[in-house]
Amino acid sequence: MKVIDLIQAGTFEVVNEGDNTQREICAPYCCDLLSIAMGKMRADSAWVTVMGNINTLAVATLADASCIILAEGSHLDEASLNKAREQGITVMASEQPIFEAALFVYNKLNA
Amino acid sequence: MLKLSYDLHIHSCLSPCGDDDMLPSNIVGMAFLKNLDVIAVTDHNSCKNCGAVIKLAEQYDLVVIPGMELCTMEEVHVLCLFAHLSDAMRFDEYVSTKLLKIPNDERVFGKQEIIDEEDQTIGTEPYLLINATDISFDEVGTLMKEFNGVHIPAHIDKNSNSVLSNLGFISPDADFKVVELANLSHLEELEKKNPYLKQCKIISNSDAHMLGNINEAIHFIDCEERTSEQVIKALR
Repeated sequence: MKVIDLIQAGTFEVVNEGDNTQREICAPYCCDLLSIAMGKMRADSAWVTVMGNINTLAVATLADASCIILAEGSHLDEASLNKAREQGITVMASEQPIFEAALFVYNKLNA
Repeated sequence: MLKLSYDLHIHSCLSPCGDDDMLPSNIVGMAFLKNLDVIAVTDHNSCKNCGAVIKLAEQYDLVVIPGMELCTMEEVHVLCLFAHLSDAMRFDEYVSTKLLKIPNDERVFGKQEIIDEEDQTIGTEPYLLINATDISFDEVGTLMKEFNGVHIPAHIDKNSNSVLSNLGFISPDADFKVVELANLSHLEELEKKNPYLKQCKIISNSDAHMLGNINEAIHFIDCEERTSEQVIKALR
Protein backbone atom coordinates (compact mmCIF):
# COMPACT_ATOMS: atom_id res chain seq x y z
CA MET A 1 0.00 0.00 0.00
CA LYS A 2 1.24 3.47 -0.84
CA VAL A 3 0.84 6.60 1.26
CA ILE A 4 -1.59 7.98 -1.35
CA ASP A 5 -3.81 4.89 -0.86
CA LEU A 6 -4.02 5.61 2.86
CA ILE A 7 -4.84 9.26 2.17
CA GLN A 8 -7.53 8.28 -0.32
CA ALA A 9 -9.06 5.78 2.10
CA GLY A 10 -10.41 8.92 3.77
CA THR A 11 -10.31 7.57 7.33
CA PHE A 12 -7.70 10.05 8.54
CA GLU A 13 -7.73 13.82 8.23
CA VAL A 14 -4.86 14.97 6.01
CA VAL A 15 -2.89 17.62 7.89
CA ASN A 16 -0.14 17.86 5.30
CA GLU A 17 0.25 15.98 2.04
CA GLY A 18 3.96 15.37 1.66
CA ASP A 19 6.26 15.31 -1.37
CA ASN A 20 6.29 11.59 -1.89
CA THR A 21 2.87 10.04 -1.55
CA GLN A 22 3.87 7.22 -3.93
CA ARG A 23 6.14 5.61 -1.36
CA GLU A 24 5.21 2.26 0.10
CA ILE A 25 4.10 1.68 3.69
CA CYS A 26 5.70 -1.44 5.16
CA ALA A 27 3.80 -1.60 8.47
CA PRO A 28 2.19 0.55 11.14
CA TYR A 29 4.53 1.48 14.00
CA CYS A 30 3.34 2.64 17.44
CA CYS A 31 5.51 4.50 19.97
CA ASP A 32 5.24 7.84 21.76
CA LEU A 33 8.68 8.07 23.30
CA LEU A 34 10.79 9.63 20.57
CA SER A 35 14.03 8.31 22.07
CA ILE A 36 12.78 4.78 21.38
CA ALA A 37 11.09 5.57 18.05
CA MET A 38 14.26 7.10 16.61
CA GLY A 39 16.22 3.93 17.28
CA LYS A 40 13.66 1.25 16.60
CA MET A 41 11.23 2.40 13.90
CA ARG A 42 11.67 0.63 10.58
CA ALA A 43 12.02 2.69 7.42
CA ASP A 44 8.73 3.06 5.49
CA SER A 45 6.60 2.72 8.64
CA ALA A 46 3.30 4.54 9.05
CA TRP A 47 4.04 5.98 12.49
CA VAL A 48 1.04 6.28 14.79
CA THR A 49 1.70 8.50 17.81
CA VAL A 50 0.11 11.09 20.08
CA MET A 51 3.35 13.12 20.21
CA GLY A 52 2.60 16.13 18.01
CA ASN A 53 5.88 17.90 18.60
CA ILE A 54 8.32 19.43 16.13
CA ASN A 55 10.79 16.71 17.16
CA THR A 56 8.32 14.10 15.89
CA LEU A 57 8.96 15.40 12.37
CA ALA A 58 12.72 15.20 12.81
CA VAL A 59 12.50 11.64 14.12
CA ALA A 60 10.19 10.66 11.22
CA THR A 61 12.80 12.01 8.79
CA LEU A 62 15.68 10.36 10.61
CA ALA A 63 13.95 6.98 10.76
CA ASP A 64 12.62 7.45 7.19
CA ALA A 65 8.96 6.89 8.08
CA SER A 66 6.47 6.91 5.20
CA CYS A 67 4.04 9.13 7.07
CA ILE A 68 2.89 10.19 10.53
CA ILE A 69 -0.61 9.57 11.90
CA LEU A 70 -1.44 11.64 14.97
CA ALA A 71 -3.94 9.72 17.10
CA GLU A 72 -6.30 10.64 19.96
CA GLY A 73 -6.98 14.09 18.49
CA SER A 74 -3.42 15.31 19.01
CA HIS A 75 -2.26 17.97 16.58
CA LEU A 76 0.73 19.95 15.33
CA ASP A 77 1.28 23.53 16.40
CA GLU A 78 1.89 26.20 13.74
CA ALA A 79 5.70 25.89 13.81
CA SER A 80 5.52 22.12 13.47
CA LEU A 81 3.00 22.33 10.65
CA ASN A 82 5.31 24.70 8.78
CA LYS A 83 8.18 22.28 9.31
CA ALA A 84 6.07 19.41 7.93
CA ARG A 85 5.30 21.52 4.84
CA GLU A 86 8.93 22.55 4.42
CA GLN A 87 10.19 19.00 4.69
CA GLY A 88 7.39 17.45 2.66
CA ILE A 89 6.32 14.99 5.33
CA THR A 90 2.85 13.48 5.08
CA VAL A 91 0.99 13.99 8.35
CA MET A 92 -2.49 12.67 9.03
CA ALA A 93 -4.64 12.96 12.14
CA SER A 94 -7.43 11.04 13.78
CA GLU A 95 -9.60 11.04 16.89
CA GLN A 96 -9.07 7.28 17.05
CA PRO A 97 -6.94 5.69 19.76
CA ILE A 98 -3.48 4.56 18.65
CA PHE A 99 -4.39 0.88 18.44
CA GLU A 100 -7.43 1.46 16.27
CA ALA A 101 -5.59 3.81 13.92
CA ALA A 102 -2.72 1.34 13.59
CA LEU A 103 -5.14 -1.55 13.12
CA PHE A 104 -6.80 0.29 10.25
CA VAL A 105 -3.42 0.63 8.53
CA TYR A 106 -2.60 -3.00 9.26
CA ASN A 107 -5.91 -4.28 7.90
CA LYS A 108 -5.56 -2.18 4.77
CA LEU A 109 -2.03 -3.48 4.24
CA ASN A 110 -3.21 -7.05 4.60
CA ALA A 111 -6.50 -6.72 2.73
CA MET B 1 31.51 36.28 43.66
CA LEU B 2 29.91 33.98 46.24
CA LYS B 3 29.86 30.20 45.93
CA LEU B 4 26.49 29.12 47.23
CA SER B 5 25.56 25.51 47.92
CA TYR B 6 22.22 24.64 46.38
CA ASP B 7 19.49 22.08 45.98
CA LEU B 8 16.98 23.49 43.51
CA HIS B 9 14.61 20.54 43.12
CA ILE B 10 12.77 19.59 46.30
CA HIS B 11 9.18 18.33 46.56
CA SER B 12 6.97 19.18 49.52
CA CYS B 13 3.97 17.22 50.81
CA LEU B 14 1.89 19.05 48.19
CA SER B 15 3.25 16.71 45.53
CA PRO B 16 1.22 13.50 45.82
CA CYS B 17 4.45 11.50 45.67
CA GLY B 18 6.10 13.76 48.28
CA ASP B 19 6.41 12.23 51.74
CA ASP B 20 3.97 13.53 54.39
CA ASP B 21 7.01 14.66 56.41
CA MET B 22 7.98 17.12 53.66
CA LEU B 23 6.35 19.96 55.58
CA PRO B 24 7.66 23.47 54.91
CA SER B 25 9.12 23.61 58.44
CA ASN B 26 10.92 20.29 58.02
CA ILE B 27 12.29 21.22 54.60
CA VAL B 28 13.74 24.47 55.95
CA GLY B 29 15.13 22.74 59.03
CA MET B 30 16.75 19.98 57.00
CA ALA B 31 18.23 22.43 54.49
CA PHE B 32 19.75 24.35 57.40
CA LEU B 33 21.18 21.18 58.95
CA LYS B 34 22.68 20.23 55.62
CA ASN B 35 24.40 23.62 55.31
CA LEU B 36 22.59 24.54 52.12
CA ASP B 37 22.61 28.21 51.10
CA VAL B 38 19.86 28.02 48.48
CA ILE B 39 16.93 25.69 47.98
CA ALA B 40 13.99 25.67 45.60
CA VAL B 41 10.60 24.14 46.33
CA THR B 42 9.37 22.52 43.12
CA ASP B 43 6.12 20.63 43.47
CA HIS B 44 4.44 19.07 40.46
CA ASN B 45 2.40 21.74 38.66
CA SER B 46 1.89 23.86 41.80
CA CYS B 47 3.68 26.57 43.79
CA LYS B 48 1.24 26.67 46.68
CA ASN B 49 3.65 25.56 49.41
CA CYS B 50 6.43 27.97 48.40
CA GLY B 51 5.09 30.87 50.48
CA ALA B 52 5.28 28.98 53.77
CA VAL B 53 8.82 27.77 53.04
CA ILE B 54 9.95 31.32 52.20
CA LYS B 55 8.47 32.71 55.43
CA LEU B 56 10.03 29.99 57.57
CA ALA B 57 13.44 30.48 55.97
CA GLU B 58 13.56 34.12 57.10
CA GLN B 59 14.86 33.04 60.52
CA TYR B 60 17.74 31.15 58.88
CA ASP B 61 20.34 32.38 56.47
CA LEU B 62 18.66 30.37 53.72
CA VAL B 63 17.55 31.61 50.30
CA VAL B 64 14.36 29.96 49.04
CA ILE B 65 13.50 30.07 45.36
CA PRO B 66 9.80 29.64 44.63
CA GLY B 67 9.40 27.11 41.84
CA MET B 68 7.43 24.36 40.17
CA GLU B 69 8.20 21.14 38.35
CA LEU B 70 5.95 21.64 35.35
CA CYS B 71 4.76 18.57 33.44
CA THR B 72 4.30 19.55 29.80
CA MET B 73 1.81 17.98 27.39
CA GLU B 74 4.63 15.72 26.18
CA GLU B 75 5.07 14.64 29.84
CA VAL B 76 8.48 16.30 29.95
CA HIS B 77 9.36 17.66 33.40
CA VAL B 78 10.71 21.22 33.46
CA LEU B 79 11.79 23.18 36.53
CA CYS B 80 10.37 26.71 36.49
CA LEU B 81 12.10 28.97 39.02
CA PHE B 82 11.28 32.55 40.02
CA ALA B 83 12.94 35.34 41.96
CA HIS B 84 9.65 36.52 43.42
CA LEU B 85 6.79 34.62 45.02
CA SER B 86 4.25 36.89 43.30
CA ASP B 87 5.48 35.75 39.85
CA ALA B 88 5.45 32.10 40.96
CA MET B 89 1.87 32.42 42.20
CA ARG B 90 0.75 34.09 38.97
CA PHE B 91 2.28 31.18 37.10
CA ASP B 92 0.64 28.74 39.53
CA GLU B 93 -2.73 30.27 38.71
CA TYR B 94 -2.03 30.02 34.98
CA VAL B 95 -0.93 26.38 35.21
CA SER B 96 -4.01 25.44 37.24
CA THR B 97 -6.14 26.46 34.22
CA LYS B 98 -4.03 24.14 32.03
CA LEU B 99 -4.17 21.10 34.29
CA LEU B 100 -6.30 18.07 33.38
CA LYS B 101 -9.26 18.06 35.75
CA ILE B 102 -8.77 14.54 37.06
CA PRO B 103 -9.58 14.30 40.77
CA ASN B 104 -6.73 13.04 42.96
CA ASP B 105 -7.34 9.66 44.57
CA GLU B 106 -5.28 10.00 47.76
CA ARG B 107 -5.25 6.25 48.36
CA VAL B 108 -3.49 5.67 45.07
CA PHE B 109 -1.35 8.77 44.53
CA GLY B 110 -0.97 10.31 48.00
CA LYS B 111 -2.13 13.52 49.64
CA GLN B 112 -1.74 16.97 48.07
CA GLU B 113 -1.72 19.24 51.11
CA ILE B 114 -1.18 22.96 51.28
CA ILE B 115 0.53 23.73 54.60
CA ASP B 116 1.17 27.05 56.35
CA GLU B 117 4.26 28.07 58.31
CA GLU B 118 2.80 26.53 61.49
CA ASP B 119 2.39 23.07 59.95
CA GLN B 120 -1.36 23.53 59.66
CA THR B 121 -3.15 22.12 56.63
CA ILE B 122 -4.89 25.06 55.02
CA GLY B 123 -6.10 23.32 51.88
CA THR B 124 -5.73 20.46 49.46
CA GLU B 125 -5.31 20.44 45.71
CA PRO B 126 -8.36 18.60 44.34
CA TYR B 127 -6.95 17.67 40.94
CA LEU B 128 -4.09 15.23 40.42
CA LEU B 129 -0.95 17.33 40.14
CA ILE B 130 1.37 14.80 38.50
CA ASN B 131 -0.60 14.81 35.25
CA ALA B 132 0.43 16.51 32.05
CA THR B 133 -0.72 20.08 31.50
CA ASP B 134 -1.92 21.56 28.23
CA ILE B 135 1.38 23.46 27.90
CA SER B 136 3.85 22.33 25.25
CA PHE B 137 7.57 22.01 25.96
CA ASP B 138 8.32 24.53 23.24
CA GLU B 139 6.17 27.27 24.76
CA VAL B 140 7.69 27.15 28.26
CA GLY B 141 10.45 29.61 27.33
CA THR B 142 7.94 32.20 26.13
CA LEU B 143 5.89 31.69 29.30
CA MET B 144 8.95 32.20 31.47
CA LYS B 145 9.58 35.55 29.78
CA GLU B 146 6.03 36.55 30.61
CA PHE B 147 6.25 35.36 34.23
CA ASN B 148 9.88 36.48 34.83
CA GLY B 149 11.13 32.97 35.50
CA VAL B 150 13.75 30.59 34.20
CA HIS B 151 13.06 27.14 32.78
CA ILE B 152 15.36 24.20 33.30
CA PRO B 153 14.60 20.82 31.70
CA ALA B 154 14.67 18.39 34.63
CA HIS B 155 16.75 15.21 34.97
CA ILE B 156 17.42 15.05 31.24
CA ASP B 157 19.46 11.86 31.73
CA LYS B 158 16.54 9.89 33.16
CA ASN B 159 14.60 7.50 30.96
CA SER B 160 11.19 8.85 31.89
CA ASN B 161 9.64 12.31 31.93
CA SER B 162 12.76 13.88 30.45
CA VAL B 163 13.23 15.91 27.29
CA LEU B 164 15.61 13.27 25.93
CA SER B 165 13.44 10.24 26.66
CA ASN B 166 10.18 11.80 25.49
CA LEU B 167 11.33 14.10 22.70
CA GLY B 168 14.40 12.14 21.60
CA PHE B 169 16.92 14.94 21.33
CA ILE B 170 17.49 18.62 22.03
CA SER B 171 16.75 20.84 19.07
CA PRO B 172 19.44 23.37 18.10
CA ASP B 173 16.60 25.93 18.26
CA ALA B 174 16.02 25.30 21.97
CA ASP B 175 15.80 28.36 24.22
CA PHE B 176 16.92 27.19 27.67
CA LYS B 177 20.28 28.06 29.20
CA VAL B 178 20.45 25.55 32.05
CA VAL B 179 19.67 21.85 32.29
CA GLU B 180 19.45 19.51 35.25
CA LEU B 181 21.22 16.16 35.25
CA ALA B 182 20.36 13.49 37.81
CA ASN B 183 23.89 12.18 37.47
CA LEU B 184 26.67 14.51 36.33
CA SER B 185 28.79 11.61 35.06
CA HIS B 186 26.35 11.32 32.11
CA LEU B 187 27.28 14.76 30.79
CA GLU B 188 30.10 13.88 28.43
CA GLU B 189 28.10 11.19 26.67
CA LEU B 190 25.00 13.40 26.38
CA GLU B 191 27.02 16.31 24.99
CA LYS B 192 28.30 14.15 22.14
CA LYS B 193 24.74 13.37 21.04
CA ASN B 194 23.31 16.80 21.87
CA PRO B 195 25.83 19.54 21.07
CA TYR B 196 23.34 22.16 22.31
CA LEU B 197 24.30 21.12 25.86
CA LYS B 198 27.81 22.53 25.40
CA GLN B 199 26.39 26.04 25.71
CA CYS B 200 24.26 25.19 28.77
CA LYS B 201 24.97 25.55 32.45
CA ILE B 202 24.59 22.19 34.11
CA ILE B 203 23.08 21.76 37.55
CA SER B 204 22.29 18.70 39.64
CA ASN B 205 19.73 18.47 42.42
CA SER B 206 18.28 15.89 44.77
CA ASP B 207 14.69 15.74 43.40
CA ALA B 208 13.99 14.83 47.02
CA HIS B 209 10.57 13.45 47.90
CA MET B 210 11.73 12.50 51.40
CA LEU B 211 13.57 14.63 53.96
CA GLY B 212 16.65 12.44 54.13
CA ASN B 213 17.17 12.72 50.38
CA ILE B 214 17.71 16.48 50.35
CA ASN B 215 21.26 17.04 49.14
CA GLU B 216 24.21 17.82 51.34
CA ALA B 217 26.16 20.92 50.35
CA ILE B 218 27.80 19.19 47.38
CA HIS B 219 26.80 21.41 44.45
CA PHE B 220 27.63 25.11 44.19
CA ILE B 221 26.55 28.05 42.09
CA ASP B 222 28.41 31.34 41.62
CA CYS B 223 26.27 34.32 42.64
CA GLU B 224 26.94 38.01 43.20
CA GLU B 225 24.74 38.14 46.28
CA ARG B 226 22.86 35.82 48.56
CA THR B 227 19.42 36.70 47.20
CA SER B 228 16.79 34.95 45.10
CA GLU B 229 17.18 37.63 42.40
CA GLN B 230 20.90 36.92 42.06
CA VAL B 231 20.41 33.15 42.05
CA ILE B 232 17.89 33.50 39.22
CA LYS B 233 20.28 35.87 37.44
CA ALA B 234 23.01 33.24 37.71
CA LEU B 235 20.65 30.76 36.02
CA ARG B 236 19.83 32.98 33.05
